[in-house]
Amino acid sequence: MQAQSTVEALGRFAECGYARERVEDNALLRGAGRFGDDLATTAGTLQAAVLRSPHAHARLRKLDITSALAIDGVHAVLTGEDVREWAAPFAVGVRQPMQHWCLAVDKVRYVGEPVAVVVARDRYVAEDALDAVEADYELLDPVVDPEVAAQADAPVLHEGVGANVVNDRHFSYGSPDKAFAEAAHRIALKVRYPRSSCTPIECYVVIADYDVAAGTYDVTANFQGPFALHSVMARALKVGASGLRLRTPPDSGGSFGIKQGVFAYVVLMALAARKAGAPVKWVEDRLEHLQASSSATNRVTEIEAAVSAEGRISALRYDQLDDCGAYLRAPEPATFYRMHGTLTGAYDIQHLEARNRVVLTNKTPTGLNRGFGGPQVYYALERLMQRIAVALDLDPLEVIRRNLVPADAFPYRAPAGSLLDSGNYQSAIEKGAAEGGLDELKQRRDAARREGRLYGIGYCAVVEPSISNMGYITTAMTPAEREKAGPKNGAVATATVGVDPLGGVTVHVSSTPQGQGHRTVAAQVVADVLGLEFETITVNVELDTQKDPWSNASGNYSSRFAGAVAGTVHEAASRIRKRVAAIAAHQFEVDASCIRFGDGRVTVADDDRLSTSFRRMAGTAHWAPALLPEGEPGGLRETAFWSPPQLAAPDVNDHINSSLCYGFVFDYCGVEIDKVTGRVRLDRYVTLHDAGRILNPAVLDGQVRGGFAQGLGAALMEKFEYGADGSFQAGTLADYLIPTTMEVPEPVILHMETPSPFTPLGAKGAGEGNNMSTPVCIANAVADALGESDIELPLTPSRVRAMIGIDEPDAPEGLEPIKPAAGSGSALQASDSVDMPGDPATVFDAMLDPKILAKIIPGCHDLQAVGDNAYKADVTVGVGMIRARYKADVNLSELEPPHALKLSGVGRSAMGTAEGSARVRLTAIEGNRTRLDYDYEAAIGGKFAAVGARMLQGAARVIIGQIFSRLAVELGGGSNAGSWMKRIVDLFRRLFGRSKK
Amino acid sequence: MTRIAANTPCRVRLILNGKERVGQAESRMLLSDFIRHELGATGTHLGCEHGVCGACTVRVDGVASRACLMLAVQAEGRRIDTVEGLCDGDALGDLQAAFKRHHALQCGFCTAGILNSCAEFLDKTPEPSELDVRDMLSGHLCRCTGYTGIVAAVLEVAAQRRGAPPETSHV
Repeated sequence: MQAQSTVEALGRFAECGYARERVEDNALLRGAGRFGDDLATTAGTLQAAVLRSPHAHARLRKLDITSALAIDGVHAVLTGEDVREWAAPFAVGVRQPMQHWCLAVDKVRYVGEPVAVVVARDRYVAEDALDAVEADYELLDPVVDPEVAAQADAPVLHEGVGANVVNDRHFSYGSPDKAFAEAAHRIALKVRYPRSSCTPIECYVVIADYDVAAGTYDVTANFQGPFALHSVMARALKVGASGLRLRTPPDSGGSFGIKQGVFAYVVLMALAARKAGAPVKWVEDRLEHLQASSSATNRVTEIEAAVSAEGRISALRYDQLDDCGAYLRAPEPATFYRMHGTLTGAYDIQHLEARNRVVLTNKTPTGLNRGFGGPQVYYALERLMQRIAVALDLDPLEVIRRNLVPADAFPYRAPAGSLLDSGNYQSAIEKGAAEGGLDELKQRRDAARREGRLYGIGYCAVVEPSISNMGYITTAMTPAEREKAGPKNGAVATATVGVDPLGGVTVHVSSTPQGQGHRTVAAQVVADVLGLEFETITVNVELDTQKDPWSNASGNYSSRFAGAVAGTVHEAASRIRKRVAAIAAHQFEVDASCIRFGDGRVTVADDDRLSTSFRRMAGTAHWAPALLPEGEPGGLRETAFWSPPQLAAPDVNDHINSSLCYGFVFDYCGVEIDKVTGRVRLDRYVTLHDAGRILNPAVLDGQVRGGFAQGLGAALMEKFEYGADGSFQAGTLADYLIPTTMEVPEPVILHMETPSPFTPLGAKGAGEGNNMSTPVCIANAVADALGESDIELPLTPSRVRAMIGIDEPDAPEGLEPIKPAAGSGSALQASDSVDMPGDPATVFDAMLDPKILAKIIPGCHDLQAVGDNAYKADVTVGVGMIRARYKADVNLSELEPPHALKLSGVGRSAMGTAEGSARVRLTAIEGNRTRLDYDYEAAIGGKFAAVGARMLQGAARVIIGQIFSRLAVELGGGSNAGSWMKRIVDLFRRLFGRSKK
Repeated sequence: MTRIAANTPCRVRLILNGKERVGQAESRMLLSDFIRHELGATGTHLGCEHGVCGACTVRVDGVASRACLMLAVQAEGRRIDTVEGLCDGDALGDLQAAFKRHHALQCGFCTAGILNSCAEFLDKTPEPSELDVRDMLSGHLCRCTGYTGIVAAVLEVAAQRRGAPPETSHV
């Protein structure tokens, strides 16, 4: 598995290719890491909390911060007015009249959108003050489903645009129409890829300060890049790039693309610091992170292939609809264009057509998420490959094999422009099948099926792009628009290597890692080049835009470290080596070509007597400049910048080489599905990677394992659920489920190495392959097991169970099944009944009596009549740990005395809206008693929906049930109704001695 | 039961990694915030503040506990052990060293909590099976590693403490 080092190393083994233990771990394992929230802050630093919209779509009519400011310890509240004065909207990647400010200034467009920032002595006080800010909203119709949002009659998010589709591009390469007309088969599929996120365990952290004298901002944030967004931040703050000094902490607790989205909060907190006149720190909490930080882009794809009788694909046609949420936040619509050149995947397909539409909905804005664009494309393409196999009655792997790019075709230009740099997909598949035990897996499947078990095998072949072309995003513009905007291309990497007067070597890279071991691998590269011990190399990965070398492509994304950054480190170290060699050659009076580096020494080849320690030789550049050869300036520090020439801007025909390197991933897996529970169990997962030259195999395997676990989560567990009202329903890690040790099996990992001809070390990126391959590989296995074509992720037990379609046994007698919730996920419906004393007329009249009404509504502080049977009420509702005080309108309508009426209420609170109505029917029963039957519907949004979705069904039943059981009590005692709920309530009363009402 | 207002300042005295420490905490302050910001032991991290992710796990009187689900005042007089106390002098302890050998961490943010659960677990379960280890670790979320290295490290330390020689290197 170990790679040969590409660099010369004398008298010692090569570091590159060796599974070196990580230098990062020494501090992290001691609890001595320095993450954003661990850093020392300036004296007087205040803490911020963000007031967020509980509504998916509303006009912000008024914001009253008076009471919040009156709270002891509150220093300032930043509002939309301040933002309008000091800032500008963020630049958007497409030309449309829509504004995205860091804080809502007129409308809110998703649940969780920032509305105000409270700055206080500590976070506890700041959160107290959030409750005291009074926001008045005019609710608007939300739109959540992308296909609905794309329709002409959908509610429009941005009135200036007039529609929700904000970018619509059509591409054609080759002659797709002709290929489809001539094809023996046309095979099509429609798929939906859901929203999810790789959710780092550390959330966003921003520490911001404003220098009023200079008019500049100084911000530390766990931003991950790309630093092209620095320009977006600076422009939003209305300063030049030097007016925003952006720094990153030494450690960052995971990102996976998601911490790109902190950029909006860099601007927000910079303004909060300006407003407060003091440094401000904000640490995002988990609810904020899940509901409002960022998300992968959900996509609806219709894909079609023109296929020969033998299963050879001549053309592909994509119709893709990306749902980027409420705002097109930079770098969107990059989810499309990161993969644009690679839409034909690992296959030699000559003709291609694609329509890409971007639609906005009332959901959190999307952004980078590990695999960026890949999972969406491959979910469509590789599901289609499986469908082709089924349609033509071929082995799925055979369909893959027949279409692969030929091994002798590299570098291979794909029709949309990707230049696949190197690979041998055929031998990768043979190796994967042989070493992963495919034949045995098939036997296991056959044996399982003979026993009547549900077992399937899925395959996928994926080209994994790395080192993004900074110009790919401009493919979203027409050639004419690009002409006006000027060319964008390339991917500048930078690294600095310096030698201090004592001969110590320090490396700096602007790759802002979040756990990928960049310090370790960079040190390995430099140790090899300079012939030094690994332990003697110090690597710094903090970035300070005022002092350090960086460029717009800096940052940690698109798996660019191994190919671009490590390669640039090699370049900078090689320059140092060249200079030290020249110094040595001068001193030893030999030609520089004779100088060798190794074992910490600089030696003349074939003459061991001419040898000096590296430390001493390099030290000459500091201590004795007079001894240096002509042209050597002294000091010893080299900064290299590197950008590959292959990354050209999109051409006039929209060809784009969207990435520099293209690794290859071949996966297959066996799954067994539990017929009773619907649980998908991975029996074996095999993943083969060709990522070019391997620099540290243990670090690489860590990337594969981590990506695999996240891919498995996306396949089986993870989804950002939204209600039809736009309420966010996955606000805790108990609602948004992430795989634990019990769900993640150990994959079989295989490697091969086809070096890239385009990177200095031959390495390619490998951080994202399994995020692209694993979701669809598992989906294909489930499709195979169930014989189903329509597979939607995540494949949760309930979804799979529904697909299996087992007949439910009849419910036991006397048990009334709970009606499923209709429409919105947060809508709750049920029926119940309660018996009470008195005839129906007495009961009916009691319900129209405001005094009684006030007593029977749980948590009612006050009830004032505002019209006939119409009231304003002040009600506190609690679900689980959270409580909210609602201003409610209560109405009694559809009165049919004394038989029926409808009781309804609509409430608003800082936690969001709640709506409910109950239809009540009264029937006289024996003994001057009345049976009250009721059907209710309730819908709850905002924070309750986000963190309490699991409890809402039960909570609604209890709260609504209380109304009527309390009515029974008001009418003269309890009831002997058959209501189970009442029995439970009674039990609780007995246990806890709550006797009143 | 004594009731004190949420923002009443209280003096909290506890034993942190063997040393007595005293600090001020409002009665509503979480133990996690107290350890990090009042006592300055920032090795304990917060990932969710609702008890699911496990990043903030410390040992309270030897028992692995979520520091985000305890108030600082509840720790009065207790022994609190955090990641900072796991070293063997200046050197990494055996558990930490095994984590390093097995690449059982990447970003390292969840690691402190995991180490604390493992420390208690290994004290009580000297001969764990892989399933035991996975079951114990299922109270922690790690987004980077896929857990493989963590499971391997814990099993290796258990074997080592029973007298088996350590592996020399990973992969």
